[in-house]
Amino acid sequence: MKLAYYPGCSLGGTAIEYHLSTKKTAEILGIELEEIDDWNCCGATSAHNTDKLLSLALPARNLAIAEQTGLDVLAPCAACYNRFRATEHTVREDAVMKERIEKVINMPYEATNKTISALEWLVEGIGLDKIKEKVTSPLAGMKVASYYGCLLVRPSAYTGFDDVENPQSMDDIMTALGATAVDWAFKSECCGAALATSRPDIGSKMVFNILKNAQEAGADCIVTACPLCMMNLDMRQASAEKAANEKIDMPIYYVTELLAIAAGVSPNEVGVNKHFVEANKYLDAVAAERARLELEAEKAKAEEAAKAEKGAKPELPPEELEKKVAAMVKGFEKNPDKMASRLIEDEERAAILAEIIVEDAKKVTKLAELMITDKEKAAKAADAYVTGELRKREKANQ
Amino acid sequence: MILKSNLGKGEKALEKATTLIPLSKSDKVLLSKIEQEAGTDINLCYQCGKCSAGCPAGFAMDYKPREIIRLLQLDMLDKALNAESIWICATCETCSARCPRGVDIASLMDALRREALKQGRITDKKVANFNKAFLGTVKRFGRTYEPGILLYHNATTMQPFKDAGLGLPMMKRGKMEIFPGKIKGKDEVKQIFIRASELGGEE
Repeated sequence: MKLAYYPGCSLGGTAIEYHLSTKKTAEILGIELEEIDDWNCCGATSAHNTDKLLSLALPARNLAIAEQTGLDVLAPCAACYNRFRATEHTVREDAVMKERIEKVINMPYEATNKTISALEWLVEGIGLDKIKEKVTSPLAGMKVASYYGCLLVRPSAYTGFDDVENPQSMDDIMTALGATAVDWAFKSECCGAALATSRPDIGSKMVFNILKNAQEAGADCIVTACPLCMMNLDMRQASAEKAANEKIDMPIYYVTELLAIAAGVSPNEVGVNKHFVEANKYLDAVAAERARLELEAEKAKAEEAAKAEKGAKPELPPEELEKKVAAMVKGFEKNPDKMASRLIEDEERAAILAEIIVEDAKKVTKLAELMITDKEKAAKAADAYVTGELRKREKANQ
Repeated sequence: MILKSNLGKGEKALEKATTLIPLSKSDKVLLSKIEQEAGTDINLCYQCGKCSAGCPAGFAMDYKPREIIRLLQLDMLDKALNAESIWICATCETCSARCPRGVDIASLMDALRREALKQGRITDKKVANFNKAFLGTVKRFGRTYEPGILLYHNATTMQPFKDAGLGLPMMKRGKMEIFPGKIKGKDEVKQIFIRASELGGEE
């Protein structure tokens, strides 16, 4: 599988980890990514706040270049993805607007290719089973809140992906990686986007609410698939904490970082050391927990195996034991000498045992039982009988 | 007693009352143009308030999304365009996704914002300035250049030290380019800006 790759401006700067981990993830999954030649900025929110035609034309130039290669486009940044989808939608549905867009970009563009987000790529393009196959270091014990934000699932007329209110795709990926995805209320709540920069008085409240809800739901970290969400939750976490006068201290990860790490890649290779909120310690703790769980599982397995070996000679049910004992008793009665020689090597002593057997039915039953359950014990008992008999005889002689 | 206090409330409410004036012909045309650009019909709204209850930025708005639509329904276009709310809306689309009448409120906010910008009525200069700074670097280089955006934004909003503490840590992490990255087709991108504005003017 080959895809055109649109990193967008964020992945070259503030979201460099997303770029590194997306490339690594593609490598792990055997996907070839071909960066769109000489791509330009999608215009993001600023363009659609300012001029509708401009906000469609800026993405259209990139899409038209990609269309010439015949490839679908992977746009990991949720904002770029959303603008690309809006442009495709308009070009397909609105002939007048399509003509105007083509005029502005001075290129033909038919929207025959389509743009996919990182989540669509992983869940629909690759599939959870294939992802599971690549997991070598499962994120066992990781308690994670999957944060989708706005643009990956809304508006559904553009994206048509997952559920608008309670999306599941990222939770499913986390489960496939071995982590526990917590159920929480803010998975598609807005992080405030550019408000964190332009109106921090409003933005930091929105950021804090998300962090707090994740914490209350029992999560130890948050996973995202959007550079803007990452920037607000990670880089601006400290200022959000300060404004709310409460410490949260929650590491934030990209979905592709966690996938690569679960596939055995070292955290720093995908840029975890570049986060603002320290994020390596928690991964170390998860790895330590995994090691502990593995050791425990191994121990349990060994114990199970030992138990199974012991149980290899299962105790006989009482009826069968009785039958066997009866048969053995018969053997003693029929041929006492032969049975005695089976229990005692010494011929003289064996002969004495044979004499005891003939006289004492109780001892015969006891020996018969022991010969079936434990031959060693039977031999010991037989020996004791002989010793006892010899002592008796000695006393009688005196 | 009860009657008296109720009367008091009523009198207070009357003080706030506004005389409704129908829109002029040109403003009627403008409102329907805004609706058309937003791809939505404001008369579908029956004021249930689901949009406002779910709005994550609603706490900071002077008029909640529901109230913005009500202003438009009552021909108070002027008030809607002057509202701070339209600049606080982060276009998260929660309102549009939840509206039981299918009103695309987010798109309406977007269209109102663009109209306010066109008319030079910018209630929240910080947001408008950020957008201008952002698009300025795209027009020049083809891609965004974050230090340029921040410097311009800080200078034009008179907050020179805003986010200054983040600059060095970002550079240390390789998250901020020191020089703008220019693309080969930067002139093409510049032409896109020029042609879009020309075509926009044709309307």
